[in-house]
Amino acid sequence: MFGRARGAGDLETEVVETEPGTARMATAEASAGPLLVVDDLHVGFPTERGLVRAVDGVSFRLEHGRTLGVVGESGSGKTVLSRGVMGLLPPGAVRTGSVRFEGREIADLAPDALRDVWGAEIAMVFQDPMTSLNPVVRIGRQITEGLRHHLGMGKAEARETAVALLRSVGIPEPERRLEQYPFELSGGMRQRVTIAIAISCGPKLLLADEPTTALDVTVQAQILNLLEDKQRERFMAMVLVTHDLGVVAGRADHVAVMYAGKVVETAPTAELFAEVRMPYTEALLKSIPRTTDPSHTRLAAVGGRPPDLVDLPAGCRFAPRCPYAQPRCVAEEPPLRTDTGSGHAWACWFPVGTPEGDDALARNVRAERPQTLAAQA
Amino acid sequence: MSTLLEVRDLVAEYAAAGGNVVHAVSGVSFEVREGETLGLVGESGCGKSTTGKAVMQMPRPTSGSVVFDGVELTELRGEELRRVRPRLQMIFQDPISSLNPRRRVHDIVGEPLEIWRVGSQPGREAKITEVMEAVGLDPAVTGRRLPHQFSGGQCQRISIARALVLDPTLLICDEPVSALDVSVQAQILNLLEDMKARYRLTMIFIAHDLAVVKNVSDRVAVMYLGKLCEVATPDALYAAPAHHYTAALLASVPVADPSVRPGLVPDALRGEPPSPLDPPSGCRFRTRCPRAEERCAAEEPLLREQSPGHLVACHFPLGPTE
Repeated sequence: MFGRARGAGDLETEVVETEPGTARMATAEASAGPLLVVDDLHVGFPTERGLVRAVDGVSFRLEHGRTLGVVGESGSGKTVLSRGVMGLLPPGAVRTGSVRFEGREIADLAPDALRDVWGAEIAMVFQDPMTSLNPVVRIGRQITEGLRHHLGMGKAEARETAVALLRSVGIPEPERRLEQYPFELSGGMRQRVTIAIAISCGPKLLLADEPTTALDVTVQAQILNLLEDKQRERFMAMVLVTHDLGVVAGRADHVAVMYAGKVVETAPTAELFAEVRMPYTEALLKSIPRTTDPSHTRLAAVGGRPPDLVDLPAGCRFAPRCPYAQPRCVAEEPPLRTDTGSGHAWACWFPVGTPEGDDALARNVRAERPQTLAAQA
Repeated sequence: MSTLLEVRDLVAEYAAAGGNVVHAVSGVSFEVREGETLGLVGESGCGKSTTGKAVMQMPRPTSGSVVFDGVELTELRGEELRRVRPRLQMIFQDPISSLNPRRRVHDIVGEPLEIWRVGSQPGREAKITEVMEAVGLDPAVTGRRLPHQFSGGQCQRISIARALVLDPTLLICDEPVSALDVSVQAQILNLLEDMKARYRLTMIFIAHDLAVVKNVSDRVAVMYLGKLCEVATPDALYAAPAHHYTAALLASVPVADPSVRPGLVPDALRGEPPSPLDPPSGCRFRTRCPRAEERCAAEEPLLREQSPGHLVACHFPLGPTE
């Protein structure tokens, strides 16, 4: 685990040893090492206009049984990141960097070899259960397929296991459901089925990409609780990808905030919310309406929009929208760095809540620099 | 404040396959006062969008009364209804699909003026420029472009400009920010508040997001399976919900604060809303309600005033101390 080259964007290397909570974990898992180590991952899509840099140098590691929340807005690269880890990219996508799962490099595995990893070792739950389930195949066969392929179960045993799985994800009358098609189930029930399929072969890692975005809020709470229960029962690690800071606040151990293809801030969840450093994270948190605020509270909107991923600015990618931005931010890209032992890292020259940050903000206020002009165009 | 819109016993039903009937809205009554924003909140399928469309008479409700500024809209026919329509405008969830992809932004915003032959040509141009500037679009730069050249947030600005160009009295917003990222959502919510003040609008704001609804509303109505469960000011409703469904909804909202322990959803809320094809007898929430008794199946609870301005439809409402 120390032998590899350290990428510029390394998040938690060595940090594990200094944080009390994770140090214990690291000792317990010392023989096994981290479950997943992603190092300097890049994913690009060639287009007529040029290469779309959807993921641009992301590194992170995930220990067994832990949850990493990946938060970002549309186009931040969070979904491409999770698919890049899984190796589920469309033809033509350009991927570089390393993805090591239990010490084994899986980034360069051929699709045939990956098939033994998919489902058995790493499983995925997607946003829209209607399109991730096969509409013309009965629920039963969709669950037993993996059990028979990966675990070599016979027909009867697989069917029995499928019934138990459906029951464990809270689906009433599981025997009858096996005979049904996806369209006969509600959205919440369908998402329960995809979770049952995902956990059926006992994966060590679950990649959940916006698993509750298509669901109503009461059903969302049920599905998030279900994922948490299954994760605890099975000591399964999870990457929870979402646009909703509220979803990761209560569910993730560690959060990575993405912007324009990069991780711009990452920290243990409580620390991220308590001591925001990256102005983008602060802006996101401030722009959410909250049920605890009085009505007609003016929201702190971030003007403008994210940069074009084909033609990225030279400096910090958030600088054109950032209330703290200084000339240095436009000229020089800040690296993701840390100064604490807690695993909190940020990519900013003038971090929130530091003397440099306060100065930068005050300078901009004095100069009456409009926060952004981008809202106009 | 005088009442601008009064809706009584609104029913909207649709024919479904096999001779079934979808009971989308089943007897909803509320009023909207001049200058206020009424938030209409509920989960998918509760009938909130159908209610908004029934107010617009597109399509007409199955039964019930919609009185707008003293005029019974459900009795108006043809040209009479057409003449009222400019005063009621609507904006929708998906801003991109609600704009004609082949027309330039200037023409999209100006089309209502053309249809209604409002004013002279220079007068129309001045109005288009005014509303585009009001919603934060530069008419000189953006007017010539096509909708696909804009992001979702910008397209929603265009939709708002188009809705405002005829100087409407009532603006119905149907999930106007749910397709937008949070940073853009904040821009559009602030913009709607500004437009409401600038053009003295009355609004019905339909959304599933409780925090968004609270932010913009003066009063909030909670819908469940075609019925109103509770109507109150946002502060009263969110601080002390009286209906068990409102309480469950509020408990389900994920909070962007790691010290708030999630997942405290009452067990009874396991499960999903029943089908509007065959809604339960009595109280429609009783099948998921932790407090339900026999009376709730036998007798439908009516919306009544629990405290001044706080209406609830429940036989066993939560007290302020619970």
